[in-house]
Formats: sequence, structure tokens, C-alpha cells
Amino acid sequence: MQALTPAAAAIELRGIDKSFGVVHAVRGVSLRIEPGTITGIIGENGAGKSTLMSILYGLYRADSGEIWVGGQPVEMASPRDAIAQGIGMVHQHFMLIDTFTVLENLILGAEGGPLLAGGLAAARAELARLARDYGLSVDPDARVADLSVGEQQRVEILKVLFRGARILILDEPSAVLTPQETDRLFDILRTLKERGVTVVLITHKLREIMAATDRVHVMRQGQIVAERRTVDTGSEELAELMVGRKVRLDLDKVPVGQGEILLRTEHLSLVDDRGVRLLDDIGIELRAGEIVGIAGVTGNGQSELLQVLAGIRAPSAGRFTVCGHAIDTGHPGDPARMRELGLAHVPEDRLRQGMVAAFQASETSILGYQDGPPFTRNYLLDGPAVGAHCAELMERFDVRPRSPGLRSSHFSGGNQQKLVLAREIARRPRVLLVGQPTRGVDIGAIEFIHRELVKARDSGCAVLVVSVELDEILSLADRILVMFAGRIVGEVEPRRADERTLGLMMAGAQAA
Amino acid sequence: MLPLVNIALAFIVVGIIVAIIGVDPFLALRLLVTGALGSWESIGYTLYYATNFTFTGLAVAVAFHAGLFNIGGEGQAYLGGLGCGLAILALDRWLPAWLLIPIAIAAAALFGAAWAAVPAWLQAWRGSHIVITTIMFNFVASALMVYLMVNVLIAPGSMTPQSRGFAPSGQLPAIAGLPLNLSLALALACCAGVWVFLWHTPWGYALRTMGHNPEAAVYGGTNLRRMTMLAMCLSGALAGFVGVNELMGVHHRIVLDFQAGYGFAGIAVALMGRNHPLGVLLAALLFGALQQGGAELAFEIPSITREMVVVIQGLIILFSGALAHLPRPWLQALFARRAP
Repeated sequence: MQALTPAAAAIELRGIDKSFGVVHAVRGVSLRIEPGTITGIIGENGAGKSTLMSILYGLYRADSGEIWVGGQPVEMASPRDAIAQGIGMVHQHFMLIDTFTVLENLILGAEGGPLLAGGLAAARAELARLARDYGLSVDPDARVADLSVGEQQRVEILKVLFRGARILILDEPSAVLTPQETDRLFDILRTLKERGVTVVLITHKLREIMAATDRVHVMRQGQIVAERRTVDTGSEELAELMVGRKVRLDLDKVPVGQGEILLRTEHLSLVDDRGVRLLDDIGIELRAGEIVGIAGVTGNGQSELLQVLAGIRAPSAGRFTVCGHAIDTGHPGDPARMRELGLAHVPEDRLRQGMVAAFQASETSILGYQDGPPFTRNYLLDGPAVGAHCAELMERFDVRPRSPGLRSSHFSGGNQQKLVLAREIARRPRVLLVGQPTRGVDIGAIEFIHRELVKARDSGCAVLVVSVELDEILSLADRILVMFAGRIVGEVEPRRADERTLGLMMAGAQAA
Repeated sequence: MLPLVNIALAFIVVGIIVAIIGVDPFLALRLLVTGALGSWESIGYTLYYATNFTFTGLAVAVAFHAGLFNIGGEGQAYLGGLGCGLAILALDRWLPAWLLIPIAIAAAALFGAAWAAVPAWLQAWRGSHIVITTIMFNFVASALMVYLMVNVLIAPGSMTPQSRGFAPSGQLPAIAGLPLNLSLALALACCAGVWVFLWHTPWGYALRTMGHNPEAAVYGGTNLRRMTMLAMCLSGALAGFVGVNELMGVHHRIVLDFQAGYGFAGIAVALMGRNHPLGVLLAALLFGALQQGGAELAFEIPSITREMVVVIQGLIILFSGALAHLPRPWLQALFARRAP
């Protein structure tokens, strides 16, 4: 057999199996990654791709199976072993220290002696070589906090190469990037490939697989269900393979007439304790029966806008009206009052805001509505009523498993999101704020969530959607607003918008 | 299962230490158990101690569910005693027991809550960390009580710093000859009340939401400052009931240092009881038994001192708290082998 293999695979997994309690996360996965290629691993959330890569990187131990690197069987007991084998991982969330310079971040964990000076000098030389060889230039003395997100990611990649990695695993690398930055990242990956580095790209975005990879492995329910050469396949086939059935992501939307204005902001501004302007003179109008999408790169004020509108933070200046009731600095709103006015809010970060991980699903299903009927009667929570309410939401929104008594954290991301969305929509709000409706949600659930949002719009609800996924904004919104540095920098009609112009606006370049 | 294994492990280590001192560990264990549970009298003492531990354990548990670490149970218990004592000293000449006792219990709760409210306010509005402020308030409470007892409340002509005795209308019904009194019923009622409050009222729901995830609580419309005040006042009131058990039930006058140690032990009780009222009750019974059995043990065997009993308590805390999950893999392995 060995003789028949022309070159040893960069990585070969043989029969990898891993269970967490009753959850069988990875089921007998075998795959081969050729050296000097970009290989994509695509799958829905919970398909097991992150677990598989964590096993490869030594973060988890497989229950059974073998890992071969460069033709040799290896033991991956910890990330230290993986690094020794030349495997490096770039995590979705950067592991950088903001107040350190690039160089200082680089030598973290590889300081090279009791005095820093020697290590720093050696690192500086090595960084120059990497920059030359791979075309990855970053100012070594810049503070990480001052770098753009794209540059920070480059530092992460450099960190991995600095440790001598020849195999690079990237976990959802584009989550925080603009389309332009993503393109630049793919250019870097292609350069790395030309220099002989093997790249493994984990993502749930079909577009990125098509744009960047040579081969793609599709995972579903812990198994590799297909392997394709990227040139031989297309987005539709991959989506179908991922979900296991036909998926329709395009929405049939009937145009709706002009409804009354339910939410209006005037000169709305927010300045934080350090004097940073997070929101700057925001003026938007939201009418009944329309979906307004706010596009923008994470961190340009969208989160703050949602928080102010939901009553969580008070504006520093300006005012807004919700269904005719004014909120300004003299009359601050709070989340409970906003709910009374008919505003519902699906928060961006459901785990941190929208639910309590340790609570039962039924408890999560009343968060924000716990005071008063039908859940509280005679000062006591009505347990059966809460359970029945949750069961009803689960039925209507197809939340699986249908167990109101299960801990909220034991549901998958998509099902958690459906539960939160169900809770907010079930109240028939007049204004619905939705932050990142499908972050960390699998394709099957995306389809469902989008249809529910359109349904809410059709029934006369005014919907404001904030999302970093341009596709989502483009397909959902009736009007698109672009935010940059706390300001609304432009309004675009979805029919006339394309990713390039939106991307430029998101990056702060003025629209033509 | 796991708590029992933890306690067993603690006892094994204690046994080894006792053997090193030169005492037969089995004899010591027998003395400990019979000292705590061997007679009606010893059971009465055990339950009396357990009553105090229940109050302070519940106090810590309620605050903990709100994400607050109240280690000021000591001071709150002290002030609770002052509260019920003042109420009785002021009113026991005029009011009958059925009216005075509820007023005095309410006063204990009010004073305990007030003593917890100040650190809570400092945390909610000024951002002062509650761990620091509650522990400092223990010292303030102690100094305040000494001042009051020595200079203000001391019974005329008395040589010791204690108030005049309470009239019978200010004394809780007790079992003759024992310190066990009606406070035990109050403790059981508090367990039930805390359970209902935390899991069956919207305020308890909001309180637990804040403890698990403050951001979600804000999102859900909870005012964190008000909820911090509520949680700490409840916690302080529960700790204040130690004063009811000690002063109205046993001493029948205001004395110094009646609360000594119960406030801090409450942390261990809550930890062992996993912050659940039923668990707190069971842990309080264990600590009560250790307190009583330990006293008997120290009395019977001179080489085992009071400090030794504290060591036993400490080891139980260590094994059921810090090392709580140490035996889990062994247990799992054991059950996995026995299961087909």
C-alpha cells in the first residue's frame, strides 16, 4: 500500500471517533489532506467539524482512531504535540493581547530565555523573513489594539508560522472581516499554498469554499458525507449535502405598501465613559411592514444602536420614538418599558444576553416577560403555564428536542436562536429588533428564521435587522442602511446593491 | 452519592490524623456520633446548632444565587440580635408574647437586612466590591456591639457586658433544659420560603437570572441595582435570625459574641448544600452534629482539643468544596464496571 501512495498525505485521519456523553460528535471519520493544498471542511453548526479539528490540534483526545502526519502515526495529547508536528491553528476569536506590540505578541510562549531582548531581536529577524517569504507585512512595533481586524488576523497567522507551522488550520476566519478583507485573506492563503504550506479552512460559508479551496469535505452529523474537487461542485450541491435535503435560501417577498412610522430616531448619539463616540447623529425611520437591514463590519456601532433602541443603554443625546412614545435623555427607557410599548428585541449575542445557559428552556422562554400574567399569578410563577408556553413555542418554531425541561445550553445554536426568536415574535410586537439573526445557526434553521422574519413583516411588524452577513441583509431587507464608525453612511436599495459597493461603504469609503 | 463519598473521604483523613495523635480513631468516631446523636439531650443540642447554621447557610445561598458573595453573615447575625434585643427591651413590659415575638423577629430581620443593605448600596451605586465591604462590616458590627454593650445597654450594676434579662413574653418557647427552641420551626419555614421565592416567584427568577448572567437580566428588564439590594437584604435578614435563636431562644438577654463563627460557617454550609435550601438544611444538620459531637469528644478525650474539631470541619469543607469532584472519575469507573 505504502508504495502505491505517491506522496505522504500532510494529514491523514483514520477512523476518528469521539463522543461527549451521549452525543456522538464524530463518527469514524477518515480523511486525507494533500500537502500544499487548501482544503475546506464545511458543515452545519454541530456537524462535528470543530470537534474534529480540535482533535487534530490536540485539544481533545479521540476515543479511537489514528492521526498520521507526513506519513507517520502521531500521538496528539496536547496542542504542544500539534505544534511540534508543525500544525498551527488560527482561532475564530483572536488570542492576542491588545496592549502588547505585534512583536511582543509573537514571542508569547516562546520568549527564548530569561531576558526578553535576545528573543525580541531574533523574533524581529524571523518576522522580516516571514514577511519577505510570504508577503505578510505587519509593523512589528505597532500595538495590536491599533491594528485593523484584518491586520490582527495576519498577526495570528504570523504567530502560527513563527512557531514553524507548515500546516495551518483556520476556524471560521472570515467571521469578523469585511468582504474586501476576506478577499485579502484568501490572497494570503494562496501565497502560503504556493510556498508549500498546507491550509485547512473550516467554515459554514459556501461562498468561501468556492472562492478559496482546492478540495472540500462536507460533514454532516459527525460524518464526512462527501468529498469533492471544488471545481467539480457548486454551492447548491454543497448546501444540499450539508443539510441532507434541498434548501431554498431565496425568499419570496411581496412588496408591502408604506405603513405608518413606528420607530424614528433623531440625532441619536451615544458617547461612552472615555469620550468615544459610539453613535453619531443617527436618524432612521422604520415603518410598519418593512424590514430595514443595517450592514456594517462588527464594531461600528450596530450593537450600541440596538442596545439604545432596546432601552438597555440610555442615549447621550438626541431622541427616538417608539410607537409614538418619545425616549430621550430626560425620559430614558428601560427594557421592561420598551416591551410594554410593543418593542421586542432578539439580541445579537443570545448566549450572553438573550438566554441564561444554566436555565431550563422553559425558563429561557419567558425571559423579559416573567412579571405579570400569564406567567405570574398571585405573585407566584405558574410553572405549568410556563412549561405549556414553552412547549407551544417549540412546536410552532420547530425547536428540537421538544423538551422544555432541558438546560438551554444543551440545545444547538440554531435551536437556541429559534427559541429566542419564538419568544419575541410570539408577543406580536409592533417593532422587532433583530441582531445577527443567524449567527452560529445552521442552514436549515437560517431558512426557517428568514421566513419567520418575513412573516412578521407581512403581518405589519416593523423589523430592524442588524447583520454582518451581507447575503442575509441583501435577501431580507427592503431597505439597506450601512453603518461605519457610529454613523449611517448610506442607504441602498437591495435591488441596486451588490457586495462590492456595500463592502466599500462598510469600509468607510464614500459611496459613489 | 458524591457528597457522602466526600464526607467519607474527609473522615478517613481525620481518622489518620487522630491516629497520629495517638487516639483510637474508631473510639473517637463512636464518641463523636454518640455525642451528637446518642441521647435526646445531644440531639437537642445538635438541632439547636443546626438552626444557626441553617440561617447563615441560607443567607449565603440566597446571595450566591444572585451572583453576590456575602461573607458578612457574621455582622448581620450580630445586628439581627441587636434588633430583636432592642425590640424586646423596649416593649416586653407592655406587650404579650404573641405580639412581641413576631415584632422581635421582624426587628431581627430588619436590622440584619439593614446591615447588609449598606454594602449592597455601595456595590450597586459606587462599585465597591461586596466581598470587601461585607467583611469590613463584620468588624464594624463587632466594634459597635462592644460599644453599645459596655456603654449603653449594660444592665445597671452588672459587671459583665450584657443587658438585663428579657421578660418571659420576649422568650421563645423551648424544650425544658435544652437550648432547642421554636427557632428551629422558623429555620424550616425559611428553607421552604427561600425555595418558593427562588424558584416560584418572578423576583426569584430575576434574581437567579442576574446571578447566572447579569447581561441577560438587564435585557430581561431587571434593574440590577434594585435586585442587588433585594438579594442582599434578604440575605442579611436570614443571617439576622441567628440572633432570634441565640438571644430570644437561649440567652434571654443581649450578650456579646453569641454569633461567633456561625456567619463564616454559613459559607461552608451553603457550599456543601450546593446552595439549595434542602442541601443547606442537610449540611446544617451535619455541621450541627459536628459542633455538638466535637464538643463531647473534646470533653472525653483531653488530647483532642476544640481546635481538632475545627480541623475536622475544615477537612469536610475541603473535601466537599474545593475537592468536591475529586472522586467523580473513580465513582464513574466503579459504576461503569458494574453496569453491563
